[in-house]
Amino acid sequence: MNNIPEVIRTIPLDYYLYFSAALFVIGVIGVLTRRNAIVIFMCIELMLNSVNLLLTAMASYRGDTNAQVFVFFIMAVAAAEVTVGLAIIVMTYRNIRSTDVQLLNYLKW
Amino acid sequence: MTSIILLSVFGIINLFAGFAKNKQVLLPLVLVFLAVVFGVNLLDWNDTQTYFSNMLTVDNYAVAFTGIMTLTTLLLLPFSQRYIDKGDSNLAEYYSLLLFSLVGAVMMVGYENLIMLFIGVEILSIAMYVLAGSDKSSLRSNEAALKYFLMGSFFTGIMLFGIAMIYGATGTFNITEIGAAQAGLGADGVMDSMFVLGILVLVIGISFKISAAPFHFWAPDVYDGTPTFFTAFMSTVVKTAGVAAFYKLMAAAFAASYAAWFPTLVAITVLTLVVGNIGAVIQTSFKRMLAYSSISHAGYMLMALVAFNESSDTSILFYSAAYSAATIAAFGVLKLVQDQQRSADYEAFNGLGKTNPLLAFSMTVSMLSLGGIPLTAGFFGKFFVFSALLQNPDMLWLVVLAVILAAVGIYYYFRVVIAMYMQPAANQKPVRVESFTAFTLIVLTILTILLGIAPALVSELL
Repeated sequence: MNNIPEVIRTIPLDYYLYFSAALFVIGVIGVLTRRNAIVIFMCIELMLNSVNLLLTAMASYRGDTNAQVFVFFIMAVAAAEVTVGLAIIVMTYRNIRSTDVQLLNYLKW
Repeated sequence: MTSIILLSVFGIINLFAGFAKNKQVLLPLVLVFLAVVFGVNLLDWNDTQTYFSNMLTVDNYAVAFTGIMTLTTLLLLPFSQRYIDKGDSNLAEYYSLLLFSLVGAVMMVGYENLIMLFIGVEILSIAMYVLAGSDKSSLRSNEAALKYFLMGSFFTGIMLFGIAMIYGATGTFNITEIGAAQAGLGADGVMDSMFVLGILVLVIGISFKISAAPFHFWAPDVYDGTPTFFTAFMSTVVKTAGVAAFYKLMAAAFAASYAAWFPTLVAITVLTLVVGNIGAVIQTSFKRMLAYSSISHAGYMLMALVAFNESSDTSILFYSAAYSAATIAAFGVLKLVQDQQRSADYEAFNGLGKTNPLLAFSMTVSMLSLGGIPLTAGFFGKFFVFSALLQNPDMLWLVVLAVILAAVGIYYYFRVVIAMYMQPAANQKPVRVESFTAFTLIVLTILTILLGIAPALVSELL
């Protein structure tokens, strides 16, 4: 079996770039258009993972481990964010019995 | 670096101290912790060191900003006395989260590597998401936490995308190496456009953190819904750390590609100044006005970044010191008044000048300082920023615009002063102020006036 960076390098870097950018844009569009807090949150995770993919691909092409270490940091921080974020969503759900972000409009102007 | 370790350890100790039966020990304990951190941090003065395999630099810039942020937190904490008196069971957690988020802020002013910047921003923000929602039964607090969290992680994603782009173009996360790598760029068009895209996306991500327009839309809602005590922390420490990190990033990494990001930064600055000042005029709630005012002050701090010369760091340092002292006093008085009147509107302050002369005086001094009236710290804050910007004569129009908007600012800052001294009191009962809180207010007022008379105390530091 080839080592993994070599396998990653069998596909041109541009393709990774377009794919990550597409994933990222899907995530951004999801955040901007969805109303359910959990779906918005999933879209944010999609954005973070597209960055992870991009960093991994670039690291393989450059033969540099820095970016792969960064990927681990992103994963750890994303996990911390999930715990806090889901706790906030649950807290809100307990009060308004919904995860629809548009129901929360007590603060205006 | 010692301050990072100390803050983390103290935060953990503080969590365990929460098991103590007597909650009264918590506040003195955390104040002692912060005083120790402040002292230990100063030991690194004039002794530049790098840590964590060149990922963190502790130079005078980092020490000065760490000192200001620690002192800000130290002077803010006495206003939490009311939580102790109410017997809030989560007090130790609040204090620990404040200490932990301060760790993130310290990392943000001393980072040498974009990984460290990202971790610092996240440590700071995740603690703030929790604190924004700390009033669990209040729908406003819930909404603030949810909005802050969703928007904050969204812009974290955007910031990460920018970092990935910059890595793709330069092959390094180290900001000094990024600065050096730009000389070799430009020959390859693809890499160059990737680099510029990365800078712009990263600028957007950090602009969100310091609530600069057009990425400010979360700030009024979040500041309004968050419990006042934590709003004060958000609008001082978070903003100071954000602007300091922003300047460090631009100065160390992107100085060579100044032309690429300069127009964007000018546009962001102008929008921030206009939106912050005009938005604050139409508010009926004092707390929401302070939220817009913090947006406008982000704009003034960004002006120092637009100037981008050797006096930029000093003017950012002085501005954040002046702004922090005045803002804490304003939010502190607001919290005391709000606890009694159950309202954060201008009307809640009616007649405060008669019932509580001390509160009214501190509030007046801090409003004068935020408005930039001479003999207060805020005047020299604006003076240094404007004079830094005027070293570039092409930017005269921006200074003129900022001066006009500062005059607009005086209108909304004086509304509360007029309410305090010229309106009849709605409630004759004086607001209850603990003696320690009153002492802190006096210290903040003296600091604001002292920096207005002798600005060299801070402005000669860097």
